[in-house]
Amino acid sequence: MKLNLRIWRQDGPKDSGRFENYTAENVSPDESFLEMLDEVNEKLVAEGKDPVAFDHDCREGICGMCSMFINGEAHGPDRGVTTCQLHMRRFKDGDTITIEPWRAAAFPVIKDLVVDRTAFDRIIQAGGFVSVNTSGNTQDANSLPVPKADADKAFDAATCIGCGACVATCKNSSAMLFVSAKVSQLALLPQGKVERQERVLNMVEKMDEEGFGNCSNTGACEIECPKEISLDNIARMNREYLRASLSSEK
Amino acid sequence: MTKLDARIPEGPLKEKWTNHKNNIRLVNPANKRLIDVIVVGTGLAGGAAAASLAEMGYSVKAFCFQDSARRAHSIAAQGGINAAKNYQNDGDSVYRLFYDTVKGGDYRSREANVYRLAEVSANIIDQCVAQGVPFAREYGGLLDNRSFGGVQVQRTFYAKGQTGQQLLLGAYSALSRQVGKGKIQMLSRHEMMELVVVDGKARGIIARNLVTGEIQRHSAHAVLIASGGYGNVFYLSTNAMGSNGSAAWKIHKKGAYFANPCYTQIHPTCLPRTSEHQSKLTLMSESLRNDGRIWVPKKMEDVEAIRSGAKKPKDIPAEDRDYYLERRYPAFGNLVPRDVASRAAKERCDAGFGVNKTGEAVFLDFASAIERYGKEKAIQDGEDTNNMELVRKLGKEVVKAKYGNLFQMYEKITDDNPYETPMKIYPAVHYTMGGIWVDYNLMTTIPGCYALGEANFSDHGANRLGASALMQGLADGYFVIPYTVGDYLADDIRTGAIPTDSKEFDEAEKEVQDRINKLMSIQGSKSVDSLHRRLGKIMWEYCGMARNAEGLKTAISQIRELRNEFWSDVKIPGKADGLNPELEKALRVADFMELGELMCKDALERSESCGGHFREESQTEEGEAMRNDKDFTFVSAWEYTGDPSEAKLHKEELKYENIELKTRSYK
Repeated sequence: MKLNLRIWRQDGPKDSGRFENYTAENVSPDESFLEMLDEVNEKLVAEGKDPVAFDHDCREGICGMCSMFINGEAHGPDRGVTTCQLHMRRFKDGDTITIEPWRAAAFPVIKDLVVDRTAFDRIIQAGGFVSVNTSGNTQDANSLPVPKADADKAFDAATCIGCGACVATCKNSSAMLFVSAKVSQLALLPQGKVERQERVLNMVEKMDEEGFGNCSNTGACEIECPKEISLDNIARMNREYLRASLSSEK
Repeated sequence: MTKLDARIPEGPLKEKWTNHKNNIRLVNPANKRLIDVIVVGTGLAGGAAAASLAEMGYSVKAFCFQDSARRAHSIAAQGGINAAKNYQNDGDSVYRLFYDTVKGGDYRSREANVYRLAEVSANIIDQCVAQGVPFAREYGGLLDNRSFGGVQVQRTFYAKGQTGQQLLLGAYSALSRQVGKGKIQMLSRHEMMELVVVDGKARGIIARNLVTGEIQRHSAHAVLIASGGYGNVFYLSTNAMGSNGSAAWKIHKKGAYFANPCYTQIHPTCLPRTSEHQSKLTLMSESLRNDGRIWVPKKMEDVEAIRSGAKKPKDIPAEDRDYYLERRYPAFGNLVPRDVASRAAKERCDAGFGVNKTGEAVFLDFASAIERYGKEKAIQDGEDTNNMELVRKLGKEVVKAKYGNLFQMYEKITDDNPYETPMKIYPAVHYTMGGIWVDYNLMTTIPGCYALGEANFSDHGANRLGASALMQGLADGYFVIPYTVGDYLADDIRTGAIPTDSKEFDEAEKEVQDRINKLMSIQGSKSVDSLHRRLGKIMWEYCGMARNAEGLKTAISQIRELRNEFWSDVKIPGKADGLNPELEKALRVADFMELGELMCKDALERSESCGGHFREESQTEEGEAMRNDKDFTFVSAWEYTGDPSEAKLHKEELKYENIELKTRSYK
């Protein structure tokens, strides 16, 4: 099939950016979206033009590196997948596809479709861990049973890949789904309970400081999340935060 | 030859590591602050090492080319991590894990290293659980296990099909904690370009800021390379697009020997390739072989009917199916090690029984497992076990709970529903057992330069067992290097900061700058990808699942020609002083063009078959791999002497004092 592409091009953080039009020809329905872009880029290289910069790495939906807003939706029209898992059979011959970077004040554009998501790293650095050092004498893993239901819920929250689709989707550019997934994972496990109060306070404080917006409970983030992280996590984080605010000595 | 001293501690196998730790030199906490360590790569090995060393008090700088340390390719590991916990009471022990790993590696790994790996394995699970890694649990709240290839016990810990992700995020959280404390300086979107050697010791690196293109100097008292494997030499592999061998290759050119480069793991359960535009291959976890049965039709007419769409896999009755692994290897069946399973698939497909249009696919079928689990569940629920519709429904639920994300991934990519029809799979390049030669302390032949995880060669011999890569990465990072690096750094407590204005740094930076300028100035007619794809084809054709002397010689000459073509006709658009993905790829592919030749040279030299290295000249009458212990019980360690073709071979003899060398049999 043949597709018309409108792709956001931006030379650097200070450039204002603009859409440019390209065509992708002989696209096979079995190709992935990124393979389609590879071909567009190979053509641009052959013509001596600057190829479209985009982030990608594992191409199996787990590293969280790919990040594209496709026809107004994070990671494109399919649910529960990243852009790298989106396949061209989802599109029709002659379609026009608009491709943009994540747009959020806390994720400045580096070039074209590449954005800077280090704000997420800084939120984790503020408290997204259990303060335990590497030790040759940690207690036996089975000395502390964890109810399967808690372990499963913690796991579901922990599957977040940190791609930023939630922020890009949210009209407020809120990072609540991302932050709450980590807060939930650790609050649900006995290992994380020791520091639960400080953790949630520190992470939320950092989140605000980085310029992410507030949550107004529209739930768009949950729908666009490639790992289908549940909105329940945000509710849990709000409870954790309230509890910590009332009882913490901080 | 004195350089190849593995420095294996004296004493009985069981006591070596303990004795070594007791006698190794330490650096006191006040002095650790004065010592800088560079870690290249933030996967399981690098992330764990950076976090542990920072906790101990060293000043750490960590580098990764991705936008965040959390994205290293360890994240994509699916199935699990082995540990000799014996939680299932099925007779597992440190010795058994050691034995399975040495046997699985086809008796080409170093006993002392493997024993240490098995010894620390249990502690890895404890450590990860303490960090909040959500492993799968049973209803009683204790940890669950599954079984993996090449093994007769259940020792694999897992977190659905995302074990690598959960373990990596554990290491990343530990690393992040140290970044927050200011103990680690994290440089993401930075790539190591060159190692700096001063007075014979590794003293720093030259790195490129991938966003600005800036070439930077970073000095340290020790440099740890944890940059992963080099499977992307083949262009198509299960590695991430950015995975590369450049850090390893750069230290090789500066004096680190490269060990067993030809040992490549071709993983049996990957999605078959579909066409030319394919950019990578996707793995389907080996854990699926716990419940999936692998088969092709017995009759050629059925093969043709399936290819044309006239018949569906379901239409082939059981007696007309060839469950070839169960037929050839009754003791291990579908759970034979990866190299054996891959070759068996190739054998059937070469004989014409491949089940897709390209003729390169076999079935992985879950119908039996769905029925078996469904019946068990029906009995538990007090339902009628003869109601097959209900049984299948219940069975699908059980299978979904175990492998749901993998089945979903399969369906997204292929548009086929694996609950209803068998998956189609074919082997693909997955892991490289070969890597930088290291001694027992994980130090390379360059003093002060270490290699960890997949980047080194040490633990898997000629074939790696499933769920052992995660184990090795974390063992190296959390439990080995924190002890062994101190032995070397104890001499550096009075050295002070290493200056970056020395002539060695000047020269290294100039080398990097010249290389980039040269690449940018070629402005030929071929894209980096097109040349990389051609390299991959040569490697897969001649240095893939089966190799022979003539083919390898052909490959070497073709690679040399291709390398010349690359250096005279590659086209890199844009500028070097900014984000330029084409330049990044070109720098990596330039190294693959040399490494590929060394792999073929090594494969040619080793005229026996062992593990993942199958030489057609060395096989039994039944087509099984034939090892030659008399002539090849050694590690091939290659020294760079100016050109890959001129590499000089050094041999580290392998001594087996605690295990008897046997023909590996899974029959």
